[in-house]
Amino acid sequence: MIRAQRETARKSVKPTNQPSAAHHAGPERPVRKVFDAVRDKQPFEAEIHPSLLTEEMVLEVDAFSLYYGAAQALWEISMGIPKGKVTALIGPSGCGKSTLLRSVNRMNDLIDSVRIGGTMRLNGDSIYAAGVDVIELRKRIGMVFQKPNPFPMSIFENVVYSLRIDGERKKSVLEEVCEASLRGAGLWEEAKDRLHESALRLSGGQQQRLCIARAIAAEPEVLLLDEPCSALDPIATGRIEDLIEELKGSYSILMVTHNMQQASRTSDYTAFMYLGRLVEYGPTEDVFVQPRLAETEDYVTGRFG
Amino acid sequence: MSELLDAPVSTKRYVRRRGAVRATSLFSNGEPMVWLTGGALGLCVLMIVGMLCLVGVQGAATFQPRELVRWTTIDGGVVLGEVVEVERYRPSDAQLELLSEATRAAARERLLAQGGEAERRLVRTENFELTGTHYTWVSDFETRERTTPEWALSIERREGGPFYGVLRGFELDGQRVASEPAAAWTLLEEHLPAVLERVDARRAIEREEIGRVNRAMETERLAVRRAELEHGLGSDAARTARELFSAREVGLKTEFERLRGEIEALDRQNSRYALSVEAADGSEQRIPLATVVRAYPANRLDFGDRVSIYASRTWEFLADEPRESNTEGGVLPAIFGTVTMTLVMSILVVPFGVLAALYLREYAKPGPLVSFVRIAVNNLAGVPSIVFGVFGLGFFCYFVGASIDELFYAERLPSPTFGTGGVLWASLTLALLTLPVVIVPTEEALAAVPSSMREGSYACGATKWQTIRRIVLPRAMPGILTGMILAIARGAGEVAPLMLVGAVKLAPELPIDGEAPFVHPSRSFMHLGFHIYDLGFQSPNSEAAKPMVYTTTLLLIGLVVLLNVVAIAVRAKLRRRFQGAQV
Repeated sequence: MIRAQRETARKSVKPTNQPSAAHHAGPERPVRKVFDAVRDKQPFEAEIHPSLLTEEMVLEVDAFSLYYGAAQALWEISMGIPKGKVTALIGPSGCGKSTLLRSVNRMNDLIDSVRIGGTMRLNGDSIYAAGVDVIELRKRIGMVFQKPNPFPMSIFENVVYSLRIDGERKKSVLEEVCEASLRGAGLWEEAKDRLHESALRLSGGQQQRLCIARAIAAEPEVLLLDEPCSALDPIATGRIEDLIEELKGSYSILMVTHNMQQASRTSDYTAFMYLGRLVEYGPTEDVFVQPRLAETEDYVTGRFG
Repeated sequence: MSELLDAPVSTKRYVRRRGAVRATSLFSNGEPMVWLTGGALGLCVLMIVGMLCLVGVQGAATFQPRELVRWTTIDGGVVLGEVVEVERYRPSDAQLELLSEATRAAARERLLAQGGEAERRLVRTENFELTGTHYTWVSDFETRERTTPEWALSIERREGGPFYGVLRGFELDGQRVASEPAAAWTLLEEHLPAVLERVDARRAIEREEIGRVNRAMETERLAVRRAELEHGLGSDAARTARELFSAREVGLKTEFERLRGEIEALDRQNSRYALSVEAADGSEQRIPLATVVRAYPANRLDFGDRVSIYASRTWEFLADEPRESNTEGGVLPAIFGTVTMTLVMSILVVPFGVLAALYLREYAKPGPLVSFVRIAVNNLAGVPSIVFGVFGLGFFCYFVGASIDELFYAERLPSPTFGTGGVLWASLTLALLTLPVVIVPTEEALAAVPSSMREGSYACGATKWQTIRRIVLPRAMPGILTGMILAIARGAGEVAPLMLVGAVKLAPELPIDGEAPFVHPSRSFMHLGFHIYDLGFQSPNSEAAKPMVYTTTLLLIGLVVLLNVVAIAVRAKLRRRFQGAQV
């Protein structure tokens, strides 16, 4: 039954889509050659909007590939993440968004079968070069996960965890950072009277904001958000989105999201990925309103995915 | 997605069978399963509760003061004692034959009137030196009269077991100063506390002062021996040591004599008092007050007296040392030994088990070797505990202990210091025994720590060890404590291996005491579990020891429960800390 629906969806897309694709990309461009290329495992150029070229990049990804054993999950991805901006990774399930995100702070190292190709650079320092200290690298990158994962300790200890593992013992420093981070994550007012209670007693949305506070406590050069709202209710989601809005500018954020509206609301740039490849990458408004590729339009308008 | 689109779809569809189980049937409602599962649980609970009730009731009744009853049999015999047990039975003719001819007919008649059934009582008669027995059966058809003599006295003696008799008088310096029971009782109550105090003082001198002198003597002797071993028999050093020894010996000997004199003085004072008691057979017995631990007129007690006797006996049981080859007195050394051994065992086994589990779960690469080790650890839990005892004896006592003795305690040889059973070796053996009990729950607890928490920690830049120490271990702590609780329960109740590696019937000294260096890991110790075995099966009079077996069992169960409750309370506290929306 699903198959039948998909079939009709595909058929119905064609006629409506043809003019728009022609409008943006010119009549000479063959429609959906990208998906065909992807399916045939042919190389193709990702569509990267020129406005990105003027940005200062905090993170540069260069021809990055990743394999789980024999299966290739990421294909020669090249992109830059602009400094002080919010970049969203979108794409259907299994397209490699999260894998790419977790490659940035080398969380994939925890899986034995992973091999990589290509490079990544964080403010010019190679991430995957031999001899890079993974621990030191991760200290420069903050990460927030899909499900809130506060540690089994007090709210205070959760926030200052990064400082604790660096061996910071000065109470004044810890308290200062704790307050600044909780304020930054918009949790200070709710949590200031219960700093020494277990973090696990917070609500789901509060826990996720706590995780953001924990991530920004170490003043990361880039903040990775892996579908930060997927386990939250709409109200909590709204608060996190507002928070991302506030963090914009002070932090460079790379986020994965499944939610088109969220990507369009919160991000400055959006990258569309499909089956392990970067398809189109540009300013969010352009990607959503007038994408250069018909495939991107199909996805952002909900015709598939 | 594309694969999904192109996948061929099978046209054959599965049709569910209907009507195989009717919705109204007994099975679909689960009724029989409820009965089966509930019944199984009920049976388990019944057995456990039954056992606990038996131990509880029997154990609690041990110290209750009982009435002293005197029966006169139709043959003219007299029995005086406490009724322990009542039962109905059908006497055989042979039993009637035992009666004298004159009374046999009357007895038979009475038996017939009762339909051939008789009631008999097991009476604890004691007075072992007179009767040669502790218990006797009294059947109703052979008794003529039952009385409860007002001044029947139950006397607990330091040696020879209890004595039951009727109070007749009180002697002072060999002179009878009271012939009336009431007057004698007043005098007894007046003098007994002072006598008991002197007995305690005498024991303190024997134990502490004389013990100190003996130890000093032993130290001097060992110093000579050490000098001889190190420098040779004829060396100057050995000669000076020997001279020093003789000089010191004189001082110590006079000290010893002085203490003996003190003891004799106390004994002389105590020997002035004696009780005169009429035993069941009518003979009058003289009982020196110095031998009395406790005496009470069993048939004259009101409720308050009963409670106070019960309390005093219970206190003696908990806080005193055993007498009469452990069948009387207290079990303090055994309690102390059990607790010490269990605590030392926990301190040894928990860190080791946790470290081993950490390696297995966190560091080792999963593979056949790790699986094999895991299976081996699990199987270790199934090895009979006596095997561990044999291993402990062979490895810890005879190998490690003997080596330590040769290296550090050569002057004491051939008498072993560490080369024999002791509290340290017993704890180590039990730690080995309970290792799987700690490793298995700890590993499970480690595996149950969500990977999201570990990832969160790694993402913060924590190293593996920091993650383990700060995230994984605290989160797994309740599970680790579960392992510890199980280990304590297993270890505290284990007896078989202890018999080989250090538990003894009677340990003169505790493993921890006031004598430097205060902790004596090489000392053998008493253990409640072993005490139970010893009372029930090794004592000269196991029937008399039976109540103590129950009481000691009750105490051991109570002790294990107490240790567990403490551990469970700690675990509950930790759990509360980690409690939250997401667990």
